[in-house]
Amino acid sequence: MSTEKSVLQRAFEWHEQRLPIGGFIDGVIGTKYPAPKNLNYWWNFGSLNGLMLVIMIASGIFLAMNYTPHKDFAFDSVERIMRDVNYGWVMRYMHANGASFFFIVVYIHIFRGMYYGSYKNPREVLWWIGILIFLAMMATAFMGYVLPWGQMSFWGATVITNLFSAIPVVGDSIVTFLWGGFSVENPTLNRFFSLHYLLPFVIFGLVVFHVWALHLPGSNNPLGIEATPADKIPFHPYYTAKDFFGVGVFMLIYFAVVFWAPNMLGDPLNYEKANPLVTPAHIVPEWYFLPFYAILRAIPDKLLGVIAMFGSILILFALPWLDTSRIRSAVFRPIYKWFLWLFVIDCAVLTWCGAQLPEGLPLILSRVGTFWYFLHFLILLPIIGWVETPKPLPASISEAVLKGRG
Amino acid sequence: MANSASAQPSPAPAGADGETRRDFLLYSTVAFGAVGTAMMVWPLIDSMNPAADTLALSTTEFNLSGVQEGQGVVIIWRGKPVFVRYRTQKEIDDARAVALADLIDPAKDEDRVQKDQDKYLILVGVCTHLGCIPLGSKAMETRGEYGGWFCPCHGSHYDTSGRIRKGPAPANLEVPPYTFISDTTVRIG
Ligand code: HEM
Ligand code: FES
Repeated sequence: MSTEKSVLQRAFEWHEQRLPIGGFIDGVIGTKYPAPKNLNYWWNFGSLNGLMLVIMIASGIFLAMNYTPHKDFAFDSVERIMRDVNYGWVMRYMHANGASFFFIVVYIHIFRGMYYGSYKNPREVLWWIGILIFLAMMATAFMGYVLPWGQMSFWGATVITNLFSAIPVVGDSIVTFLWGGFSVENPTLNRFFSLHYLLPFVIFGLVVFHVWALHLPGSNNPLGIEATPADKIPFHPYYTAKDFFGVGVFMLIYFAVVFWAPNMLGDPLNYEKANPLVTPAHIVPEWYFLPFYAILRAIPDKLLGVIAMFGSILILFALPWLDTSRIRSAVFRPIYKWFLWLFVIDCAVLTWCGAQLPEGLPLILSRVGTFWYFLHFLILLPIIGWVETPKPLPASISEAVLKGRG
Repeated sequence: MANSASAQPSPAPAGADGETRRDFLLYSTVAFGAVGTAMMVWPLIDSMNPAADTLALSTTEFNLSGVQEGQGVVIIWRGKPVFVRYRTQKEIDDARAVALADLIDPAKDEDRVQKDQDKYLILVGVCTHLGCIPLGSKAMETRGEYGGWFCPCHGSHYDTSGRIRKGPAPANLEVPPYTFISDTTVRIG
């Protein structure tokens, strides 16, 4: 073999000197980005989020080519996508279930951050951008669900937009503004389509900032201690390989649902065309909104209910300061660990409650659950940080790895 | 060429508090930019408010002669349901017998109907909680614990004057603006 560079290599270098895209990628997710060597599978969910965003944008753009954002045609255009458009059903089922899987991934990703204290100094801004992404995702998914213009689309949109009427004085004007009319109508559908198309690209922009903020301190790790250069390995090939394995497993599950249970997570009522004169007996949002819906309905006062619902998400912004412990990883926090799992159970209970009629046991449980949710953040977290005696931290990742607990 | 530096204009003289003309230019440019942007943004925002054709749909006429005593009907005004109920004397008496202090959103029945036509109760049929349509207009539907309407979404009960009596809704069903243009025809809006 000659040591001469091939034509391809030389073309690449010629291009790199003029626009170093290859070098840029190598620095962000390649050999020039060092990552702690002890990252476990919980760290796969970041790249899975990125993958889901790409899948949503790709499937969405092709759906939009056959979708009609008009109240008289939207429902039928989605049915046409399902029946007549070549592979339309795949795109729609990928998109509709993709939203669910996107939320599954993002919820696990957020839980990972909570378990390993990834929101703490110096990653607070990284955490904030994550919450902004979460909020933008919720808005996108909510407006997307309105597009097929089924009964749940219409009444979900009505109930959620009406939340803003709880705002004193200007509430009703805000709702009229959101609707572009006096009820959820054609102008509402049009603007939701426009914004549903736009927001994923806003999310994409936020992801750029998220990754930028990540790269300054670098990834946190399961031990939560600073990783020295000796404790790091290059992202490529180590974590690219590990992420690809995760993608494979994830795709098996995601496409099993897309192909064999595509309507498992959806509400059958949304296959009935929107009727502005008939409210369904039981309005339920998509599963990923249920805990927040349960919080909304747990509180008998309209304005306070709305405040609690939005507050339950916005409180995450303050998490880096509500948690008073300086130890990041729950591995070394014997008390916090259990309360975090209790919090997960609390969220599961609220999810269940959100799907029930708000009376009897579900109502009591959603009140207890809401109370616990805020208790966890506002009272328990600060106190646990003060009273807990953390376990001794290892001196370095290498030390812990050699002792078999990295 | 060696002295070219001295040929450059000297910086504008600083004012008493260290402000220069350059600062003034900077502030006025930023101010003009901000006002200009705001003026550009307002049309964009206002374009999302109801358009002229949407506003133009805002009256509906309805002939009441087909409505029987005790019966309710639903008509559409501005894309929303409007409840029209021909109340029985008992329903009117029930509504008027309640003490104002017992009401969540106190209002007299007399103020929610028109004097000579007080058997007709006309309401916007949208629950004041989160916008569902309460049941109770059709014959088979439940009218709730107070004989008016019942909202199934989160359980709000309205009485025979459309006032909220129980449940999460904060206010009475809204009375739309309407006038009787003859004894049997009403114009809503
Ligand atoms: C963050 C990314 C996104 C999320 C979470 C999301 C979520 C959703 C959801 C939940 C639905 C309702 C699915 C159903 O029940 O039928 C939907 C529908 C739709 N989305 Fe998206 N979407 C995203 C990105 C996009 C993008 C980038 C486009 C490009 C235009 C798009 C176009 C559409 C269209 C045309 C529909 C209506 C067809 C249908 O209902 O299947 N989406 N979206
Ligand atoms: S919308 Fe009627 S009770 Fe909530």
